[in-house]
Amino acid sequence: MSEFEPTIVAFVCNWCTYTAADLAGTARMVQSPNVRLIRMMCTGMVDPKYVIKALLSGADAVLVSGCHPGDCHYINGNYKARRRIKLLTEILTGFGFDERRLKLTWVGASEGNEFAETVNKMVEDIKELGPGEATAIEVM
Amino acid sequence: MASTAQIEVRDGNIVAAVQDFLGKLLADQEIAGIFTPRQLEAKGTVMPALITSADKLATADPLAPSFPLNSARQVAQLTRGDLDGGLVAVMRPCEIRAFVELIKLNQGSLHNLVLVGVDCYGAYDNQGYRRVMENNGDSLGLEGSNSFIKKAAAGEIGAGNGVPGLARACLACEHPVSPVADLTIGLMGADLGSQIFIEASTPKGEGLLSRLELKDAAPGDARDKAIEALVAKRKAYRDAMFEETAEATATPEKLADYLAGCINCYNCRVACPVCYCRECVFVTDVFSHEPWQYMGWARKKGALRMPTDTMLYHLTRLAHMSTACIGCGQCSNACPNDIPVMELFRLGAHRTQEAFEYEAGRSPEEAPPLSVFQEKEFSEVTGGLD
Repeated sequence: MSEFEPTIVAFVCNWCTYTAADLAGTARMVQSPNVRLIRMMCTGMVDPKYVIKALLSGADAVLVSGCHPGDCHYINGNYKARRRIKLLTEILTGFGFDERRLKLTWVGASEGNEFAETVNKMVEDIKELGPGEATAIEVM
Repeated sequence: MASTAQIEVRDGNIVAAVQDFLGKLLADQEIAGIFTPRQLEAKGTVMPALITSADKLATADPLAPSFPLNSARQVAQLTRGDLDGGLVAVMRPCEIRAFVELIKLNQGSLHNLVLVGVDCYGAYDNQGYRRVMENNGDSLGLEGSNSFIKKAAAGEIGAGNGVPGLARACLACEHPVSPVADLTIGLMGADLGSQIFIEASTPKGEGLLSRLELKDAAPGDARDKAIEALVAKRKAYRDAMFEETAEATATPEKLADYLAGCINCYNCRVACPVCYCRECVFVTDVFSHEPWQYMGWARKKGALRMPTDTMLYHLTRLAHMSTACIGCGQCSNACPNDIPVMELFRLGAHRTQEAFEYEAGRSPEEAPPLSVFQEKEFSEVTGGLD
């Protein structure tokens, strides 16, 4: 049997983490190919239902990543994202989702290596954890 | 600061004493109308009404054990702008707490409004109330409210012998007295054979109470003790309910089983006083999927439950309203398939409100947790980095 390859949906902000992902790519850093990037203008516009929808529709984990605190292009979107992720973590773990399946990181535009590392580490963690709790159920 | 007055109860008629008090309020020069539940002739239904004429107060009944609607949204509608006169709203504690949440969202206002809270022994759910009425020859009326309050005060309302118990939301409610009301109609700890208390807890309430020139009362510690004992009982019930619900929804599979009967009618959202969106995303085209999309989802797992997006709906609703949930239980009241949604939403709300050290409805000054942020907080969600 082939090794379990997780699917990770990553909501990344246009100004920081998307640029970092771009940098990691152009610098030819080695990254696990398990991540599906979704480019958002800001982590502050990642609606909780996007995350829930991803986890219910086959994603084994969700990564939300944006600018470092104080660096937000829109001043405070990442602080709002942090509260939403806190809220989601409380809700989802209560119903048996492992807390490692939802991750928020700060990755600046110049941190291509940091992005590659974050992705590789997360893929490794999720491989260890196994398929998402909701990926097998027939309910969306 | 709280000062307390009393209203005399004659011939054991507590509802009449409350009506007497409402009549005095309506006679005040600054009060133009009273919003209160009242008994309707039709089928013994209890619904709120905005009353401006004193003779219409004869059917007012804030003590009825029927709770078909959380009136917070109605009062919000009445206070969104200029009302042409002062309004008194007589509400249950959970209705006031829901209204407080709506105030924070700029959907209601305290301007020109006197909130009158009623000590709440709870109510039947819709089905239970119908059954109680059937047992009483299809009417309860004002007399039914009197006997309910007397029995409840004596701790005699319980399920059994074909008689339904109170709504589970009420049995698990740890807020039988509103912390925000300007005036409170106090039943707990009163000698209901002779008096009920009227308690003022804000300057607005004090001002109005002093103009009414009622007889002073000294409730002593009997009232505090009665409330304390009731809250302790309800907290114990609540915690047992949380435990049971957490167990029943401990994994996504179990949660799917729990919600198996859901038909996506969204009644729980319509009945919810704090589901605040003007238009719910779940009724928009966002969830009007293309036929081929369903086929794709079905192929992935071999089968797809229809209607879809049921779990997404309930989890998203929790993400939206759980920090504002006041536990009134109208969601369960409105569910056509008897899914214990109140238990689910209250458990979710308990978890998220605890995470943000927030309590819905506690104070109009407290900002909703998702409307504010601190520079350094919740570093656990970002792996310890601020």
